[in-house]
Amino acid sequence: MSTRPKTVYDVVIGLEVHAQLLTRSKMFCGCPTAFGAAPNSQTCPVCQGMPGVLPVVNRRAIEFGIKTALAFNCRINPACRFARKHYYYPDMPKNFQISQYEEPLAEDGALEIDVDGASRTIGIQRLHLEEDVGKLLHEGTLETAQASLVDYNRSGVPLMETVSRPDLRSPEEAAAYLRAFRAVLVYLGVCDGNMEEGSLRCDANVSLRPRGATELGTKVEIKNMNSFRNVKLALEFEVKRQTQALEAGERIVQETRLWDADKGYTRAMRSKEYAHDYRYFPEPDLVPLEIERAWVDAIRAALPELPRQRRQRFVSQYGLPPYDAGLLTQSRALAEYYEAAVREFPQPKIVSNWIMSELLRELPGDDERAIERAPVPPANLAGLLALIADGTISGKIAKDVFQKMVGSGEDARTIVAREGLTQVADEGALAAVIDQVLAQNPKAVEDYKGGKTAAKGALVGQVMKATRGKANPAIVNRLLEEKLSKI
Amino acid sequence: MTGKTIHALGEAYRRGDTTPTAVTEAYLARIEQLDGQVGAYLTVTREPALRAAAAAEARHRARAPLGPLDGVPIALKDVLCTKGVRTTCGSKILERFVPPYDATVVARLAAAGAVVLGKTNMDEFAMGSSTEHSAFKPTRNPWDLARVPGGSSGGSAVAVAADLAAGALGSDTGGSIRQPAAFCGTVGLKPTYGRVSRYGLVAFASSLDQIGPLAQDVRDAALLLQAIAGHDPRDATSVAAPVPDYAAALDGTVRGLRAGIPREYFAEGVDPEIARAVRAAIETLRGLGVTTEEISLPTTGYALAAYYLIAPAEASSNLARYDGVKYGLRVPGAKDLIEMSSRTRAAGFGAEVKRRVMLGTYALSAGYHEAYYGRAQKVRTLVRRDFERAFARVDLILAPTTPNVAFKHGEKEDPLAMYLNDALTIPVNLAGLPGLSVRCGFTAAGLPIGLQLIGKPFDEATLLRVADVYERATPWRARKPALS
Repeated sequence: MSTRPKTVYDVVIGLEVHAQLLTRSKMFCGCPTAFGAAPNSQTCPVCQGMPGVLPVVNRRAIEFGIKTALAFNCRINPACRFARKHYYYPDMPKNFQISQYEEPLAEDGALEIDVDGASRTIGIQRLHLEEDVGKLLHEGTLETAQASLVDYNRSGVPLMETVSRPDLRSPEEAAAYLRAFRAVLVYLGVCDGNMEEGSLRCDANVSLRPRGATELGTKVEIKNMNSFRNVKLALEFEVKRQTQALEAGERIVQETRLWDADKGYTRAMRSKEYAHDYRYFPEPDLVPLEIERAWVDAIRAALPELPRQRRQRFVSQYGLPPYDAGLLTQSRALAEYYEAAVREFPQPKIVSNWIMSELLRELPGDDERAIERAPVPPANLAGLLALIADGTISGKIAKDVFQKMVGSGEDARTIVAREGLTQVADEGALAAVIDQVLAQNPKAVEDYKGGKTAAKGALVGQVMKATRGKANPAIVNRLLEEKLSKI
Repeated sequence: MTGKTIHALGEAYRRGDTTPTAVTEAYLARIEQLDGQVGAYLTVTREPALRAAAAAEARHRARAPLGPLDGVPIALKDVLCTKGVRTTCGSKILERFVPPYDATVVARLAAAGAVVLGKTNMDEFAMGSSTEHSAFKPTRNPWDLARVPGGSSGGSAVAVAADLAAGALGSDTGGSIRQPAAFCGTVGLKPTYGRVSRYGLVAFASSLDQIGPLAQDVRDAALLLQAIAGHDPRDATSVAAPVPDYAAALDGTVRGLRAGIPREYFAEGVDPEIARAVRAAIETLRGLGVTTEEISLPTTGYALAAYYLIAPAEASSNLARYDGVKYGLRVPGAKDLIEMSSRTRAAGFGAEVKRRVMLGTYALSAGYHEAYYGRAQKVRTLVRRDFERAFARVDLILAPTTPNVAFKHGEKEDPLAMYLNDALTIPVNLAGLPGLSVRCGFTAAGLPIGLQLIGKPFDEATLLRVADVYERATPWRARKPALS
């Protein structure tokens, strides 16, 4: 008996991304949006959902939404409307969220992503605005805690929800989409893109279908993935879980599952944890919003260069490999850091190498804040590279100097001068050291003469060690060869 | 000293005949003496009232009053948020709720120098037509204590009718200002939707609610509207249209105005005594130069049904916030959050509120949304079009305010019978139009009857002008309820 050929499944993923907008005030009141303030210090009757209060739309949030929609080539609807979405949860003071439903701000856009060198276009179904909810604080879980406290500082912070089409075909593509998406938002300055602090949040819809099938399989919604890594891990887990279920002849249940990052699996939410019927209806306290053409045009005209355009320019203008260009343009701050450094030290690939291998290792991330706080500003990096180029220090010493720059914030020249790290390029001094090294290492000299050319490396190493790394390697090599040939 | 109209009080202050403090003290004394019989007030704010009166008195003495309301004692329906003064909405769930802010209308009245005597009783969350559905006590009609004052602004109507305040504010979602005004024989004005800011009005049905005055006469209503009307940046549905000088509009000229008489408003179910009184009022106005023509508002009969889907739908949403988490009542002892909210809402809401929350939740539910809420919105559009067509031909519409006069306490136990009370006021809310009720006679039993004037959007001035002319041409204003 032959075994039935295994069915091959295609993965279908769609992402819903919530981004907190970087407006100064909240979506429907004048309270500040800053993160990390004392609980309930940034609230007013409106965002506390007091009886009698009314929302007023933050025009800046609409502008940010339009900006983002244009960056994704969405169609901006000439009129949009807010709607109430109902469910009971104590972090939501009115027990409804003002969101958009049938008439969103924008629809039908796209985002291009690159995976394994190939580019794909991922559809964006809609983009809409809504208000964030507060935060519950309790010991343990909501079910077991003796008491819960609510912090409404986040309540009413503007959120932009963007729903992709189910065009993503793997967890890698989903991660790539999220990275590209985040880059656009950060470039536009509409969101800081910080997933750990929750200013960028992502839910995924995942389903499988037999290869070749056109109909979509039953989808499962995955929530609670609070980093790029977790998005990928959670989706990989879920794809595996669904594959195993299907292979075992089970049916996929349409449900919402939570990613548990500590345990590394998704678990079904209790049905109580999510509402089935949001009872949407148009928000009667807000009039339909008409988006004037001229406003959209003005926003379009002021759009900055976007990550993809910038990456292409980095390849063509600086001759960088696409990999470097992609990495350097992931955040606007990093790209700007790079360009500032290249202006001072116009050897693009060398600058790129140093940023990728040294700078990024020292930073907590590549976002605006991390780059702004970088202890080595672009001019200082360029200054260090100039010292290598003019032979003042060796590449190896330069890495140590860089570490010291990170620690102290000083520029390279100051550190090199103070610590006497200038490269030894004095041929007379080096010749004496080499003579000493040759005398102390007769075995290596013998090996070299016997044809083992690799032995020269060991001798160079000894010279460098004797000069504590300060010897100019080119001169050491030349002098050593001269002397060995004479032995 | 009580019982003077606002404009007469202003005159008396100007002449120095009396002072805001004396008048405020007189009202507080009368409330103490008589409110036990009628139950107009839920909270009397004696100390702040006397402080406000003293400040007003100083301004009057300095001959620098803030305007016609400076030092005038008024009452506020307990649906309007007052900073530091509990605002119950007639509900157990907000029995101890003290707002941290003033409603825009409250702030505007304060800026005009008005003296707030207290907060008046109402049907819970403004849901009702009799003020029997207050969680705290019923309010009684001063013309016959066995009868209801109408509702939901029954407390405010009685405060004005029984001289327990010089004027008052109420709110009107389906007739809640005009119907009690008719039952108590005061003037009641529901302004155009968007004319007055709703910020700080505890919401019942947001697309229908509007704040307006209850007053002793039409001129007082104009003065109160003047103080509260106008755009408010805190209410996106308030309109930026300029506010006319309403008192100046009371110039007595009505000749040539065209009034429509909608035949549907005189149909079966309207008390013949009311129909007679309203027809007589129309004749009076014709004698004063108003031309009239019969018109038809064919969707009138569907308005009530549409209203009882839209208003509860919005109410179910607006009242979702009362969950015991943040303010108001919290029933202790629950083992989890869901139980805490459920028990709080079960204990905190009265039967009528629960009925409407359930009705509204159902109307918005998946599968029923289009059939109920969706259809009701379409009917609402048709009702609005009826009025638009009518107002292409006429300047205002004249009709009864209510199909019946004040009924007895406990007489309308059947919710549907109660709802039918608002059949002639509800279409105006659905269309967002201004409506005014003015006394136009009495039944044989001595109960007041209301004439309703319905206007074009933002044309409160015409309603006030016509009602003022009518009021001055007829003897009805003079009669007062006997209360001692």
